[in-house]
Amino acid sequence: MNATELRTEAAVRTGAAGAAILAASLGCCALGVLAVIGDASKSAARLLSFWKPTGPLSGVSTLAILIWLIAWFVLHRLWRDRDCALRKVSLAAGVLLAVAFLLTFPPFEDLLPGK
Amino acid sequence: MQITWRDLMTATHGMFFGGLFLMAVFGMVVLLAQSLGTRGELQRTQAALRWERVYLVVIVLLGWAAVLSGAYIVYPWYRALPPPGADLAGYPQRLLLSDPRTAGWHTLGMEWKEHVAWFAPMLITAAAWILIRFQSAGQEMRRVRITVAAFALTALLATAIAAGLGALIDKNAPVSGGSIIHLSRGAE
Repeated sequence: MNATELRTEAAVRTGAAGAAILAASLGCCALGVLAVIGDASKSAARLLSFWKPTGPLSGVSTLAILIWLIAWFVLHRLWRDRDCALRKVSLAAGVLLAVAFLLTFPPFEDLLPGK
Repeated sequence: MQITWRDLMTATHGMFFGGLFLMAVFGMVVLLAQSLGTRGELQRTQAALRWERVYLVVIVLLGWAAVLSGAYIVYPWYRALPPPGADLAGYPQRLLLSDPRTAGWHTLGMEWKEHVAWFAPMLITAAAWILIRFQSAGQEMRRVRITVAAFALTALLATAIAAGLGALIDKNAPVSGGSIIHLSRGAE
């Protein structure tokens, strides 16, 4: 990246983009964690069954969406007027997404304690 | 020619919402790759920018329509519990679990699909929001666009897993039944 590109990138605030990126990854990871919790015991599954016909998936997805939207709102308020360390945010997002995929993959989920 | 209500809703969920979403996300990945491979400013008219915004909003709506129709219309039919002695053909989850040769389609296939599918609309909503908000920033936001492209690729992977598994599960134990809709009487 040359000096001109560096200057123009600094003029456009990246905080809002970083907030959206990190919050979405956090939402996906939350879904993975909640899926494991919902699968771990019958009482947890019952608690997460917000709508009986859909079962625990209704609670898992609703809570994950809520976590995503709240995280987005909070991070957006904090970062919207400034630049964020985009490289670090992208790296954190990548790790969160990798964890999310792992946690939802049933053979991996079965290796966790309590299964 | 006729179709059952459940067949129609399953096709709407998987083929219309899910299929169109998969193709649209692929288009988004291609557009992002194209813009990342361009040197200098991308010259676009106001009309082109407007169409891009419409395209992005439609992708987001398709993604949410796919997961919500899946979770709240089709999935309850899939996981319904049969009364004692009932024909399992109308209860896909129980039908799959009744045979060790097909049980994996539920224990691995559906268990993964039902969760991984939700990643796609969350990631695509964030990606679309960023692309619309920073639409005029162009090449200045190259690093952001690279991350957005990675998001779109991840969403494409999640959708491909969910759609592929959904199609294969439905081949083994279709969600069917309900009232019959006559599309045409045909030749008597």
